[in-house]
Amino acid sequence: MSMDIEVLEDSSHHRYVLNMGPQHPSTHGVLRVLLELEGEYAMHLLPVLGYGHRCHEKIAEFKPAKSFMPNTARMDYLGALIYNHGFAQLLEKAVGIEVPERAEYIRVITSELNRIQSHLLWYGAYLLDLGAFTPIMYAFDDREHILDILEDVTGSRLTYCYFRVGGVSKDIDEKFVTKTRAFIDRLRSRYSLYETLVNGNVILENRLNDVGDLNPHTCNRYGITGPLLRGTGVAYDIRRAEPYSIYSQFDFEIPTATKGDCMASFMVRFRELEQSLRIIEQALDGLPEGPVMAAKVPKKLNIPAGDYNSSVESPRGELSFYLVSDGTDVPYRLKVRTPSYSNLSVVPEMCQGMLISDVVSAMGALDLVIPEIDR
Amino acid sequence: MKSYFSELFRGAWSLILGLKVTIKAMFSPIVTCQYPREKLEITPNYRGHIDLVKFADTGTHKCISCGSCMRECPSDCIVVEGEKREGVKGKVCVVFNLDFTKCSLCGACVEVCPTKTLDYSNDYELAGYERANFHFDLLKRVEERE
Repeated sequence: MSMDIEVLEDSSHHRYVLNMGPQHPSTHGVLRVLLELEGEYAMHLLPVLGYGHRCHEKIAEFKPAKSFMPNTARMDYLGALIYNHGFAQLLEKAVGIEVPERAEYIRVITSELNRIQSHLLWYGAYLLDLGAFTPIMYAFDDREHILDILEDVTGSRLTYCYFRVGGVSKDIDEKFVTKTRAFIDRLRSRYSLYETLVNGNVILENRLNDVGDLNPHTCNRYGITGPLLRGTGVAYDIRRAEPYSIYSQFDFEIPTATKGDCMASFMVRFRELEQSLRIIEQALDGLPEGPVMAAKVPKKLNIPAGDYNSSVESPRGELSFYLVSDGTDVPYRLKVRTPSYSNLSVVPEMCQGMLISDVVSAMGALDLVIPEIDR
Repeated sequence: MKSYFSELFRGAWSLILGLKVTIKAMFSPIVTCQYPREKLEITPNYRGHIDLVKFADTGTHKCISCGSCMRECPSDCIVVEGEKREGVKGKVCVVFNLDFTKCSLCGACVEVCPTKTLDYSNDYELAGYERANFHFDLLKRVEERE
């Protein structure tokens, strides 16, 4: 890495190199970005990864596949249940286990709650990066309700390990349903508050409009998915494009915007809150009775030789698990395609020539979760 | 010139509307819990570290030292040892140690336990000065518990 710094330093006499991170408040974790600056303009950016690398993919090659479940939650601590979902689904697909219908409904409800929770945290933290302290307090107030609801059923507040191969570990009860319904009403009543306090704010408009422009072609080249891609006008969402679990049964929209700037992805995420609420509402209405675990799940999960893939829509984009098996219960190789990694790769191109303060806006709009990039 | 002033007015108005929200919140009930002076009640379903259950009928745990939890644990943080004693059917558990520094709270051990003698504790105020503070002797804990 020292060589890169030298190259950057030599390229011009006026330019200087500044480190943003690895402990910078707006990089949300241990991401380091080398900025080559000319005045206050970032002429060249270089993300440096690896500060939070924990060899998750390698760990998967050393123990039975189902023991990897708690690791999935540690990759993306904001979308733990969605990671659980992707991995459980992968093994179910590989071994051929039917998941009971009630378990699928519970998975969808809790996953969507998790998605809302992730978006609310992003909403607060992003505005915090931009210098607004108040909104995070409102967002966390709402988010706290979701954490309480999920804590009651999963037992933890952040790094959930709730899904099992063949179902979920614990059934939901009447209390869960009432609390979730109450939360739906609560969040809906808060939209107007967020809109007046934040979305209509003139400072936010000026900081986000026309900053960090993306277009579908750039997104394609870098493999960008999720709200960023939808912000450029492409309605691509795994829940609709390649429906998994029981998502095909629900009626929901894929919010899109056309401009592709930070404001577009900001509004896409904000509107996704309502769509997730709609899915939860429909799932609660149609919640069937029955078991939450498949009847016959073998204790030793021998995965037939071959390769398997499973994709889910995480709050940040497309998440894929790819497993190669040699016929034993320990995976030969497990590759995780995490959305933030691809989304981050666009930073050098997207942020070139920006003011430092705009770099913060543009990077915040990516909604980066660093442990997911490094894994 | 005209658009400059209308923009200025629109911007100022958006800030005033935002202030209205925060001022209203100033007079709404307080939602912050002043921990540790006051504590929220946590759900009984909370997953703390594992503990041996003390059954009312026997007055002790029902561990048969089968070692299922030890084998199932993805992080190898449980050590169970049992020994044969004369006049007692099956094995008697003599060591049950948990290294909580490695535990990821997945719950595999609790689910696999054949005698349902493992359960989650409700301890959440865990803080210590050294790693040894998180190496729990569960047999000792079950004896000390009332």
